Amino acid sequence: MTVLAASGRVWQRNWLVYKRLWHRSLAFGFLQPVLFLTAMGIGIGALLTPASLEAFGGVEFIDWLGPGLLAAMAMQTATFESTYPIMNKIMWGRNYEAMLSTPVGIRSIVGGELAWGAFRIGTLATIFLVVLALFGIPRSPMAILAIPVAVLVGVAFSACLIAFTATQKNDVGFSAIFRFVINPLFLFSGTFFPLTQLPDELQVVAWATPLFHGVELIRGAILDQLDPLAAPLHLGYLLLMFGIGAWLAERNLARRMAD
Amino acid sequence: MSSQQSLVHARALTKRYANGFTAVDGIDFDVRPGKAFGFLGPNGAGKTSTMRMIACSSPVTEGTLSVIGMDPRTQAREIKAKLGVVPQHDNLDTELTVRENLEMYARYFDIPRDVANRRTDELLEFVQLDERAKDQVEPLSGGMKRRLTIARALINDPELVILDEPTTGLDPQARHLLWERLYQLKRRGATLIITTHYMDEAEQLCDHLVVMDKAKIVAEGSPRQLIDQHSTKEVLELRFTDAVREDLNGQLNGQLDGLADRIEELPDRHLLYTENGERTLEQVNLRKIPVESALVRRSSMEDVFLRLTGRSLVE
Amino acid sequence: MTTLTQPAASGALATAWQRIWRARRLVERNIMFYRHQWIIILSGVFEPIFYLLGIGLGLGAIIQEVTLTDGRVVAYAAFVAPALLATAAMNGAVFETIFNVFFKLNFAKIYDGVLATPMGITEIALGEMMWALMRAALYAVAMFVIMLFAGLILSPWGLLIVPAALLVAAAFAAAGLAGTSYLRTVNDFDVPMGLVVMPMFLFSGTFFPISIYPLPIQVFMQATPLYHAISLIRGLSTGSVGTAQLWDLAYLVVFFAVCMWIAMRQMERKLIK
Repeated sequence: MTVLAASGRVWQRNWLVYKRLWHRSLAFGFLQPVLFLTAMGIGIGALLTPASLEAFGGVEFIDWLGPGLLAAMAMQTATFESTYPIMNKIMWGRNYEAMLSTPVGIRSIVGGELAWGAFRIGTLATIFLVVLALFGIPRSPMAILAIPVAVLVGVAFSACLIAFTATQKNDVGFSAIFRFVINPLFLFSGTFFPLTQLPDELQVVAWATPLFHGVELIRGAILDQLDPLAAPLHLGYLLLMFGIGAWLAERNLARRMAD
Repeated sequence: MSSQQSLVHARALTKRYANGFTAVDGIDFDVRPGKAFGFLGPNGAGKTSTMRMIACSSPVTEGTLSVIGMDPRTQAREIKAKLGVVPQHDNLDTELTVRENLEMYARYFDIPRDVANRRTDELLEFVQLDERAKDQVEPLSGGMKRRLTIARALINDPELVILDEPTTGLDPQARHLLWERLYQLKRRGATLIITTHYMDEAEQLCDHLVVMDKAKIVAEGSPRQLIDQHSTKEVLELRFTDAVREDLNGQLNGQLDGLADRIEELPDRHLLYTENGERTLEQVNLRKIPVESALVRRSSMEDVFLRLTGRSLVE
Repeated sequence: MTTLTQPAASGALATAWQRIWRARRLVERNIMFYRHQWIIILSGVFEPIFYLLGIGLGLGAIIQEVTLTDGRVVAYAAFVAPALLATAAMNGAVFETIFNVFFKLNFAKIYDGVLATPMGITEIALGEMMWALMRAALYAVAMFVIMLFAGLILSPWGLLIVPAALLVAAAFAAAGLAGTSYLRTVNDFDVPMGLVVMPMFLFSGTFFPISIYPLPIQVFMQATPLYHAISLIRGLSTGSVGTAQLWDLAYLVVFFAVCMWIAMRQMERKLIK
């Protein structure tokens, strides 16, 4: 069996579990952006004066926020899917141990899990985009590009977090990752307010963080304001992160399973 | 026997669950201090339900039950303070270490810290887990977890220890170590109540046994008494090849007829209950019955159970 | 061995007190566990701080001001901070009583072991409550200190914030305890989190006054416990205290009592068969 075919089996295993819950997952995937946009978009938008909207490049706050939330959703979903479920398959349920006693190898496991993450985030991003369309946010058909970018953001985070999870002996570290990494990224990557609000030194830090690049690309695609110079840089950052993450994930998981 | 002399006294004890299922149907028994009392029976016979009522973790539906002279309905906390409970499935605190499990359990009993520390040390040694004291519970083997559960049940120096299938699912080595520890406990004068579906366990550990089947007690006595009453001294086990079975096609039982006090036909063998197994085997050979293999053994609780219920203990 | 007093001899009040006192064992147990995992507890302190920095200051620099229900105008950060404090108290309590109690109840079967000792259902429920309260109190106090130094407490009424946060935490701890007993598998967590906790977080006047919505929706929002928790604590921190805050108080007390009653009944159902 090729690595690719074996990855397909790993993907399939997740599908078997998921297909019992897919309706619920999709329902929440729809509900969440609706709630966030109604609350934060409309609610906070109502507090903003026309003058203050200039900080958002002259677009309505909800239009500005929506794409940012899509990028953040990709990150959060990837994070959740790559922590507890992966830990379960390494340690608690020992699924990987069982898989490795078949022709499925480490690379296929990592590949299958990343493909699974891509599928999940792809469906959720599509639903998210539909919700954004219901709120009349997308400016052009270019908005469709937000889906592959969201998938890239997702797998980049997935790969890095699988690499992290493979090194953990219990789930304590996850709390730290959620609270000290994911949550700050959610709040300070230009999702809720433009990074120009930050002091210059912090702007540099924000530039170095991954979600920011996802937010910029997705917002650019949806609001039809992609910067032809910056976009390749954002894309390059995410691709590099994915590559390094996938390499680390395979290495760490191989070490872990050899224990 | 009056209820004053018995540590557990049950009359017409009944457990009926909310769904209408009667797990225990009007049973009587008395557990005397310092003895090991066994409930033997297959899964679903009502042993665990009885144990849970004694442990005050399941309310009595009908009948009388007194535990250490107290009523579980009104004095559950007082009874529990004097009990040690080893449930069927380990419910150790998996978030704590081996040692912390014992320390914390002592706190639930309000045992002063210095006493708790001393007992924890003693018990860890007693169940041979002193070297694993600082480890998490999860990676321990099944036998180790079981021993820790037993140590935990002893932390309050209980008057009565209840063990629900203490060795089910353990490998032979782990079982023998546990039996040895329980035997030690008995020698120290503890009163034990044990449920099991292993006849060897019942024979090894229990002074007095009740055999339960379908929510009722079907026999009672010491293991020796039960065997004497309900079985013969020896058993001859005969196996036949499938071809022979087919050839004889029903005539086999006729050929064996009269050779033993009683014959049981099991799917894989015939059991001939007799006072002298060797002599019966000679007679089988004289009749030229084509036996594949033969085994003579002493009667066990398994045979008693088969006699009483028509079924095997472990199915 | 401690001798246990007969309930009949010492009276109902003494028995009740005994149980409350014995419930502290569950707190000890949780401290024993978290001794090795303190990062889980500590990391929760930072959540409202990040939100305060991100939303309160980052977005607040653009929004600048908000008009309160009594017509006073305050800085956006001063508007958001008390809501984040109330939410932190809620989260501290709810995470402990929903996730951790669920795990102990259904997977680890820890309470079955506890119930074989003189500890009863009352002690377990109260003990978990007390612990959830302690965790929530830590978050509330941390946030209170930050608000104090950041100048976000605008009135002497603010002194009552911590006790009010404790009431909030108690109400949500009881709600979590009541709710967790209805969950069967980990997948069921989506429901309380996705349909209750998150929408409440978004729509209880946390980040904006609910007056921007049409009246029927406002009425619906005002029915949620978090709305009253935020209204109470925001009232205290900004000093716009009126009859509304008395209603908030009454709501939270009744909510606590009802949830506690359900929680005890459900725990008994789950654990005693």
